[in-house]
Amino acid sequence: MTTQRVDISRRRFLIGTATAGAGLSLGLYLPLAGSEAQAAGTTPEVNAWVVIEPDDTVIIRIARSEMGQGTLTGLAQLVVEELECDWSRVKTEYPTPGQSLARGRVWGSFSTGGSQGIRGSHQYVREGGAAAREMLIEAAADIWGVPVEECRVSAGVITHRPTGRSTTYGKVASAASGLVPPLQVELKDPKDWKIAGKPVKRLDTLDKLSGKQVYGADLQLPGMRNAAIRACPVFGGKLAGFNAAAVSKMPGVRAVVRVEDNAVAVVADTWWQARTALDALPVSWDEGPNAMLNSASIAQSLDEGLDADDAAVGNQAGDAKSALGRAAQTVEATYSYPYQNHATMEPMNATARWTEDRCEVWCPTQNGEAALQAAAEAAGLPAGQCEVYKIHLGGGFGRRGAFHDFVRQAVLIAKQMPGVPVKLLWTREEDMQHGHYHPITKARLTGGLDEAGNLVGLHVRISGQSILASVNPGWMQNGVDMFVFQGLLPEGDHAISYTIENLLIDHAMRNPPVPPGFWRGVNVNQNAVYMECFIDELAHAAGKDPLEFRRRLMADHPKNLAVLDAVAERAGWDKPAPAGVHRGLAVCKAFASYVAACAEVSVDTQGRVKIHRIVAATDPGHAVNPQQIEAQVEGSFVFGLSAMLYGECTLKDGRVEQDNFHTYPTLLMSEMPVVEVIVMPSGGFWGGVGEPTIAVAAPAVLNAIYAATGKRIRQLPLKNTDLQPALRMPVA
Amino acid sequence: MAKLKINGELVNIDVDGSTPLLWVLREQLGLTGTKYSCGIGQCGSCTVLVDGESVRSCVIPVSSLTSSEEIVTIEGLSSDGSHPLQKAWAELDVPQCGYCQPGMIMSAAALLNSNPNPSDEDINARMTNICRCGTYNRVREGIHLAARLNKGGRS
Repeated sequence: MTTQRVDISRRRFLIGTATAGAGLSLGLYLPLAGSEAQAAGTTPEVNAWVVIEPDDTVIIRIARSEMGQGTLTGLAQLVVEELECDWSRVKTEYPTPGQSLARGRVWGSFSTGGSQGIRGSHQYVREGGAAAREMLIEAAADIWGVPVEECRVSAGVITHRPTGRSTTYGKVASAASGLVPPLQVELKDPKDWKIAGKPVKRLDTLDKLSGKQVYGADLQLPGMRNAAIRACPVFGGKLAGFNAAAVSKMPGVRAVVRVEDNAVAVVADTWWQARTALDALPVSWDEGPNAMLNSASIAQSLDEGLDADDAAVGNQAGDAKSALGRAAQTVEATYSYPYQNHATMEPMNATARWTEDRCEVWCPTQNGEAALQAAAEAAGLPAGQCEVYKIHLGGGFGRRGAFHDFVRQAVLIAKQMPGVPVKLLWTREEDMQHGHYHPITKARLTGGLDEAGNLVGLHVRISGQSILASVNPGWMQNGVDMFVFQGLLPEGDHAISYTIENLLIDHAMRNPPVPPGFWRGVNVNQNAVYMECFIDELAHAAGKDPLEFRRRLMADHPKNLAVLDAVAERAGWDKPAPAGVHRGLAVCKAFASYVAACAEVSVDTQGRVKIHRIVAATDPGHAVNPQQIEAQVEGSFVFGLSAMLYGECTLKDGRVEQDNFHTYPTLLMSEMPVVEVIVMPSGGFWGGVGEPTIAVAAPAVLNAIYAATGKRIRQLPLKNTDLQPALRMPVA
Repeated sequence: MAKLKINGELVNIDVDGSTPLLWVLREQLGLTGTKYSCGIGQCGSCTVLVDGESVRSCVIPVSSLTSSEEIVTIEGLSSDGSHPLQKAWAELDVPQCGYCQPGMIMSAAALLNSNPNPSDEDINARMTNICRCGTYNRVREGIHLAARLNKGGRS
């Protein structure tokens, strides 16, 4: 790749403005500290992305949200790479969604999901950094009265080469802000990167070690009240009534209010008082049409979809059904994947202050623009009269992106107490029972092998829930949710890893009345289990090595093959595992990155599984911060293995049965395997990092469990299967 | 009115005695570094030290504490981020979202108080905090590094 010349003349975001700089992210009283710049100065911005203070402090504006995935640091690295400033002087701030609205979305999308934080904005943030650099150099050249071509910059110091004169960005930033932005900028070849591509430390670590980092749940505003809420535990049910008088005299209680048609909230001086009163509040519900809903009835509906004639095709090649009819051997298996909760460590929350002509919201959100929209709708005000101040998230995982139910509720409560800031914080129980759950699906896979054990046909029938049908019907194509096929599609960011001559992958949509949502990894989580475990089944049925069986189908998928080969080689696939340890493989393309894993597992005589080691490889194209990619891959295994081992929300009497971490357990430190991460960026594309490797966690381990026990786990989570009766001579 | 000793200072607390320590810290004293997550003593986000031992403050009624007990929160672990665990965490860039980390660090502090050089098995037994981002391996590494720093070793 060579240096990239970009025509930016028509990009609105580079049009110079006199907007005052630092402090955009600050709500009136928001006690942000540390790495998020809080200088309330009036330094004009160089452009939308860059503000430079007279003391050479550089403030990089970050529109996407930081929720642990490292995007804040990665995006700053990309801007700074082009800006050529001193990394040690860099701070960041969030522009507000209201500012974005007022400035024609100058920062582009705020949405932080789909592993898009960096891959969806690398181009324009680098252009922003490069344009600011050009303007700063031009400002210095103007002041000196010398040609721009004679000036160079390094680490924020501009030098006039013929005379040796020098100045700093901080000294010329004000002059630069008045210049016309360049029509074109040149972006560096990634091989020349000095800050991007390097394992620099995160910018947001220190405040997280001292308790200074403010999360939404921590916010304090003068005069603020606290609210606790309870919505009807049955999906679709309504609030029938409540007896406010029973609690209105309890300590601290200020109000008991209805919220929409399905919830009641207590507002008190402190949250503990609000919660205590809410627990004591007599409430009655109209449980509505779903009062009898349970997991068995949902499973029955999905089972019916497995056999249904009508299904939408997501991927098709050749003639799978006749190939299966001709096959020497057919293999069939049915898998299922349950509802799961995001279970962010910080429960849902938002703080709102409403008056007749203004509504402000402070909240952790993965999409500030969507939060602003939700606030405006609930407030009954134009978005231009509303503002959202983004606060650091205590986890997102998709829960805080497409859904702002907590914002809507907070505004509707605040609307009943005009002028008073109200912080709404959900209990963990509320959070568990009012999620937007990982959708439930089943899959029946039928594969055909010829006499030589080659795969000649495959039919994958998915039955179950569509996220888009519930959340984003506008994204569906002729009534088909193509997201359902993530990881199994013919091409694109979520393409299947294999070439199968006769292939049919279809979906019978069955939508139970449980709200689904985008859950870190989304539909590749279950599709990779279905595909990678079944490929393993086919390999064993064919009497072939699972690696070799896959390799034969991957000739046209060199990047997928490269990551698979990398984990096999590092794990020593061709050599025996340590005594009692068994291996399993999985490979996937997700969110435009190529990922693979090899898991090493043992199962003891009581049927207890120990996951010893996972070797994981990821090719995200460009690696902006390799040590943060390693952290995301490690974290992906905690997320994926928690789901595989324990993650399940079941329905009874129309409500989710799990209500806290004792009934919805997650992986703990004692269960955490060693994770060896191979970051192998091959260049030429931009893939995501936060989600892809989740997909290979479960199937790699499940395939290793099969190798250890001969038992196929086809229903997740594993906690529901007793492996002990299945124990026999290992098969591999 | 109860008196508690928090981060070395005696403070007066005027709340119902059944109020959990967590909410006294967060809502009476403004010490919001100690987090609410589960409220049932499961996840460890609310961990603080009481006389050097880890306690899940969400399930400890304030009435069960006396002013002779030394309560330490993340804010009191050090005044300047210089505690070996904080240094180790910074060196290894342990946190992701960071919400569980004050509790993680306080649990680790209690572990090191009782066992200055814990093995992996010791860590597994004592570190039962939940992290949904998945920082466990760096937390483990951080505890080992802090143990070395405690002994005067270099990072």
